[in-house]
Parts: sequence; structure tokens; C-alpha cells
Amino acid sequence: MKRDWIPLVLVPAVAVAALPLVGSPSSWVTLTLAGLAMGLMIFVMASGLTLTFGLMDVLNFGHGAFIAVGAYVAASVMLAMTPWMTADSLWTNLVAVGPAVLAAIVVSGALGLGFERVIVRPVYGQHLRQILVTTGGLIVAEQLLKVIWGPEQITLSRPTALRGAFLWGDVAIEKYRLLAVVVGLAVFAVLAITLNRTRIGLLIRAGVENGEMVEALGYRIRRLFVGVFVAGSALAGLGGAMWGLYQETITAAIGAQVAVLVFIVIIIGGLGSVGGCFIGALLVGLTANYVGFIAPKVALGSNILLMALVLLWRPQGLFPVARR
Amino acid sequence: MTETLLSLRGVKTDIGRYHILHGVDFDVPEGRLTMLLGRNGAGKTTTLRTIMGLWRAVAGEIVFAGENITRMSTPDIARLGIAYVPETMAIFADLTVQENIVLAARSGPPDSARLDWIFGRFEALKRFWTLPAGNLSGGQKQMLAVARAIIEPRRLLLIDEPTKGLAPAIIANMIDAFRELKDGAVSLLVVEQNFAFARALGDDVAVMDDGRVAHVGTMAAFAADTGLQQHLLGLGMGEHQ
Repeated sequence: MKRDWIPLVLVPAVAVAALPLVGSPSSWVTLTLAGLAMGLMIFVMASGLTLTFGLMDVLNFGHGAFIAVGAYVAASVMLAMTPWMTADSLWTNLVAVGPAVLAAIVVSGALGLGFERVIVRPVYGQHLRQILVTTGGLIVAEQLLKVIWGPEQITLSRPTALRGAFLWGDVAIEKYRLLAVVVGLAVFAVLAITLNRTRIGLLIRAGVENGEMVEALGYRIRRLFVGVFVAGSALAGLGGAMWGLYQETITAAIGAQVAVLVFIVIIIGGLGSVGGCFIGALLVGLTANYVGFIAPKVALGSNILLMALVLLWRPQGLFPVARR
Repeated sequence: MTETLLSLRGVKTDIGRYHILHGVDFDVPEGRLTMLLGRNGAGKTTTLRTIMGLWRAVAGEIVFAGENITRMSTPDIARLGIAYVPETMAIFADLTVQENIVLAARSGPPDSARLDWIFGRFEALKRFWTLPAGNLSGGQKQMLAVARAIIEPRRLLLIDEPTKGLAPAIIANMIDAFRELKDGAVSLLVVEQNFAFARALGDDVAVMDDGRVAHVGTMAAFAADTGLQQHLLGLGMGEHQ
């Protein structure tokens, strides 16, 4: 088994291939950054879900609930701190954004803990029930969001310092998208270091391959799973907060809508693979933006087409995890 | 008289709707190597997995070192000092050889003297130390699976078909390694189809047939009784390998 570099080349290959189709280099740079930003936000939301599936074979269709809750909680905090959000200083803006994002992470993580205990735990090893019960959990969560925050969509403006774009000649780089890229890369770096340089990461990687053998070595994989589930929920909350600011409108369906992209990403990447999830997310983000520009009429189906092509080439995804 | 380390009494295990073990009774004495023999489908692997808690006994009792482990979780059973090498080897293919060993050394970094002893027996593991374990050959994967079980001192090793697909030279190394472990007061329960290996290594034998233990005794007595071998295994031991 050699290191598989081919999927790594896909992202730059797609970007280079899109250049002549887009035509204008400045538009290409803008679209590429937009695609990377979108992809990295999806990666933040999807990374926990792929590990959850890898570790315990749990199909959590309720993952969108954590995304939606993260978006609503962050929006509430930011709206309550409007004077800080509208100040001209970046640091003053961050006084509002920081606690908002932190609150989204904490509340989504706590919700994840309860969700695992009440909804997921009784249906371990039963895929059909997992799908039904977690989908039900998502529906209940959406209705509860409407009860708490009302049925109307919430409009959320980005903080002043993150509006607009940096201009370099003809190239416009949106500030918020640049921030999303930085945060997404930071999350990927932390996950990569945790998985590859720590004992807990070693356990997670081994557990994704063969949880039963990890247990036979004396490790309690259920506890590990709960930890990963909570961390994944918290990351979904962070992603939801970022996605809410990206869209600037929030509805109770925000989680379910973006969850479609999240599932496409983890299937493309290979269920259980964080590296695959990262590459898959970038591909989805870039494809959506390039196709949206080049052929807007087919933009809606572009990610489904991408998934179909990847699965025709590699039925187990880009980086299939060696399973027992 | 040798103390009993592991005892199974009336153990029954179901897998789904199927009754696999119908009341298994045998003992594993301390510091000895017990061979678990039987035809394919007799219930040997199920017995090991039931001891390890990977499948639940629906009836009966499993006692290890005086403690009832029948209802214990697999990690708790492992923490009592029982190591398990499954028939599939279950190495972590995406992890390096080193990472596989580090993970198995639960109490901290692997002891260097013990690691050197393992490298002495299974030299390939040293050579491929930093490579993904999925790159190893079948025999090398088996070495890694055994090395993972013995990287820290354990009281009982449960090993399912350790010689499956191995070259004779590696089997000889495996026999030496198991003898040295036994001399170091480790007890072993080994499922085996290679009768030459079983005869060379086993002190005691339990022979399974249709989910029950049909015979227990010393390996020496069993090896001498070709009629019993014919009756329980279908062939005399001399006809195997």
C-alpha cells in the first residue's frame, strides 16, 4: 500500500482546468478564493461527521441540527452586540464575533452530548433506525429553533471590518472569505496534528479502522466515540456560525440545506477519512463556484455530478479507510 | 499441582438466531499452553471471542484468575491481562508498524528490552518499523499481530490460528517465541489447525466438536491416541503436515 497522491492533485487540477473556461484571470482568482472558502467551511462542518461514522458506523442524519444551532446561537450573540459589530475597528468587531463563535461551539457541543446519549446510543449497530431516529431528531431540532427564535428568517450583517474586499488590480478578494480560509486551514491543521501526533489521535485512527480490536487492546472506544461526537458537534456549530455570516440570513432549515453538501463531501472523501473530507470539501467548493460562473443553469446539480464521477472512479471515495 | 487460570463452565453463545456454543467446559492451567482443536465450524473462534467479551455468552460462566468475567466489557477483560490475536490478525493497516506497537503498549512507551526480544524473533518488524502495516506480507502481519499481544507482559494470550499461511521458518520462530513466553509464566490458549505445530507446542489439549468440548487431556496422551484423533478430528495427527 503506497501513499496515494492522485486525489491530492485533483484540487489544483480542477483549478487549472477552470482557468481557460472562466476566461478572466481576475475572475478566476475571485472564484477560486470563494470556492476554497466555501469548501473549508463545509470541511469544518463535515470533519466530525466523517469521524463519527468511521469510529462507530453511526449514520447521523441529524448533524444539520448542530450546524443550525451554531448559526442561531452565534447570530443571537452578535445581534445582541450590534454596537461592537458595527464599529469600524477590527478588534472591536472581534469582541462580538469571538464570544458568538465560542457560544456556538459550546452550545452545539453540549447539544451533541445530549443527542448522542438520548438519540444515537439506543440505536448503535442499527443503520436503518439510526437514519430514522437522527432524521427525526433533526426535524424536532428545526421546530424547536422556530419555537425559540420564531419562524421568520434572521438577517445578520457581517462585522464592519469583514465587509468588502481587498483589491489588487482587477482582483477582488472578499475579506470574510479570506478569514474563512484561514479558520478552515487552522481547523484542518489542528485536526491533522491531533490525529497524527497524539495518542488520542492514534486511537481514533485505529478505531476508525477496527474499533473491535481497539477494545480488545483494552481501550474503551465508546468514551472515545462520545468525545469525537461532541467535538464533531462543536465543529459543526463553528461551521454553522461561519456559514450564517457567509449567507447573512439564517433560517431553521440552514442545517438541513448545508447537510446535503456535508454528506456529498464525506462520501467523496471516503467515509471515516479526514484527509479525504478535506480534499472532497475543496473540490465541492471549487466546483460549485466555477460551474456557477461558467454554466449557472447546471450549478445546482454540479456537486451531485462531481460525486457520481468520483464514485465511478473510486467507489469507496478518494481515500478509502482500511476497514476490518 | 498447577492452578487453573481460566475456567469455562457451561458456556453457551448465540450469534443472531444461531446457537454456536452449546455448553463449553474446559480449564486453562496457569503457565501452560493449551491447544484448542477441532474441525472447521466446531466453535473454536467463537469460544475465544466469547472469552474476550466480543460475543456475549447467553449462559454459563467464565472465570479468570478467580474473577467472573462473563459479563465484563472487552476493554475490562483486556485490562485484567488477557491479550487476543484474532484469526484475521486485525492489524491497523493505515498505521505504521511502530504505531501498531505503541498503541498495544497501553501503560506507556514500549519497553526497549522487550522490543529487542521481539525484534530478535521477528526481524521484519524492525526493518519495516516506520512503514504502514498494510504494506507487510501476510506472514509479517501475523508477526505484528503476535508482537502486539506480547509487547507488554500479559497473563493469558488467546491466539487464533497463529501459523495460518506462514512459511516454515517463521513457524519455527513462532514456536520458540511461544515457548519462551510460557517459560516466563505466561499462559496460552491457542486455536490451531496445523497439527505438527500443535503437537510441538501444546501441553494440554481441548478438542471441540459441534459447539462443545468433546475431549480434554494432555497433548502427549492425545498425540499417542490415533483412534481418538480419528474420532474427533477426522484424521490421525500423523497424516497432517
